[in-house]
Amino acid sequence: METIRPDELADLQLKRLKWSLHQAQKVGLYQRKLKEAGVSPDDIRTLDDVEKLPFTYKKELRAGYPFGLFATPLKEIVRIHTTSGTTGKPTVVGYTRQDLENWSELIARNMTMIGLGEDDIFQNAVNYGLFTGGLGFHYGAEKIGMTVIPSATGNTRRQIEMIEDFGVTAIHCTPSYALHIAEVAESMGKTLDSLKTGIFGAEPWSESMRTELERRLGVKAYDSYGLSEMYGPGVAFECPERDGLHIWHDFYLTEIIDPKTGERLAPGERGELVITPLVKEALPLVRYRTGDVTRLMDDGCSCGRGPKIERITGRSDDMLVIRGINVFPSQIEHVLRALPEVGEQFIVYIDRVKHLDEMTIEVEMSRAGFSGELQDLARMQKKITGELHNTLGLRTAVKLVEPGSLPRFEGKAKRVVDRRGAI
Amino acid sequence: MEKSYIVKQISIFSENRPGRLAAIAGALRDAGINIFAFSIAEADGFGVVRALVDRPDEAHRTLTDLGFRVSFTDVIGVKMRDEPGGLSDIASILGDAGINIEYAYAYSGRDGAVLILRVDQVEDAIRQILGRGGELLKASLSG
Repeated sequence: METIRPDELADLQLKRLKWSLHQAQKVGLYQRKLKEAGVSPDDIRTLDDVEKLPFTYKKELRAGYPFGLFATPLKEIVRIHTTSGTTGKPTVVGYTRQDLENWSELIARNMTMIGLGEDDIFQNAVNYGLFTGGLGFHYGAEKIGMTVIPSATGNTRRQIEMIEDFGVTAIHCTPSYALHIAEVAESMGKTLDSLKTGIFGAEPWSESMRTELERRLGVKAYDSYGLSEMYGPGVAFECPERDGLHIWHDFYLTEIIDPKTGERLAPGERGELVITPLVKEALPLVRYRTGDVTRLMDDGCSCGRGPKIERITGRSDDMLVIRGINVFPSQIEHVLRALPEVGEQFIVYIDRVKHLDEMTIEVEMSRAGFSGELQDLARMQKKITGELHNTLGLRTAVKLVEPGSLPRFEGKAKRVVDRRGAI
Repeated sequence: MEKSYIVKQISIFSENRPGRLAAIAGALRDAGINIFAFSIAEADGFGVVRALVDRPDEAHRTLTDLGFRVSFTDVIGVKMRDEPGGLSDIASILGDAGINIEYAYAYSGRDGAVLILRVDQVEDAIRQILGRGGELLKASLSG
């Protein structure tokens, strides 16, 4: 299934899309939405017809609290997870027995893809409970015969003792908890030699974080992507190439859209990921707006599996429109992080000067970036401006600032200051 | 031989805003480092403060520890006659030898005037100046 031929995959996707729409028709919300959009499941004859279907938004899932969007009676639902619900009611996700089977299949596929199997000892150091990362990985790992330690989170010294005493070879946790484990292990003088594989997800993490985790934990680090609405983790996963994540096209139909207009974007263009799950029984969804920003990588992968998505680095809510061009702060971050002359921090200011949007980026210099010569600084400024122009298609003003002069953030960094007033 | 005349200038990256020079100068004062000469070169929103000091290595360390971006630049210091024609003499030597001056600044101290030069071919410049009777500052500026 992982290396299925493209035409066979398309046939399978279309068959499953039709099934999924019939499943969605059992839900009041979708009966109403499809009626309003003037489409019925029978109007879907090709995969491109999916564009005729309406989007589903997170707020609609919340409005259905608790069981309003379930397509199966509760007696067929064998488990419930919920999202955190930081803004209002949580989103409730139900699973039939088949859903749980599908979900473990996905996790099993991901772990097999990176070479894990029955010889591995797996510590699942994430929150067990309503959070999908715990039980999701647990059952997937058992499915491929790994020796699973449901260590959950907390008591880091005990976690480290288990890694050492049980000879743990693979660990799953959030990247920030992994760093914490590394710090505590270092303070205990433990080198965690048995660890070979680290699976990290549930929060965004950078390539420099990958380098640090690999160096300090001695693992090969893999990015895992998922969302509770699509079962949980397992939706997309890095293969050993670690250049983009394989998304499982037989389970999920993916589109990339312009988050402002809703129009579908061409392969390779960056936009919001929209997913229509193809096999979900309890909570079928149609064109679900994930809010995550990525692009479909159309250049294939040497491992022979299907098209990948780029690592997710931003949220569509963060998108800026500058002189009519869509810009994601994550694109700016990508460009800057790739330049050795650029230090840790940057801030983007947007102003309206004489009815025109102007983007100014203050960039801290790195230690490597200063030769002592003014002309080298001017050349660096020009290089950064040029690289940004290549990626964004926009002229920006780059200001070099002293290291340490920009504000630091404890939690989520606020790197964009939009000073354009209301028009 | 020529190497002993190559003087280490410290170059400090600075944003072009009030208080930055005060911060740099204050740090050197607190470390008891004396500044013989300095200049500021400015571009779009930022600049480079260039200084000759009595203890360049310590100045480099002090400023780096405070988070400044600092680097060393090789320059030469040529003693000038403090009278009409002093600058012309030196500039002519370099001009005749086809050596380009990238930037320069000068100070006039107890022992007369000194022209500090950043040139494209530093060892060649030293040979030319010495060969035509010029006098150069030694790299060991302290004392």
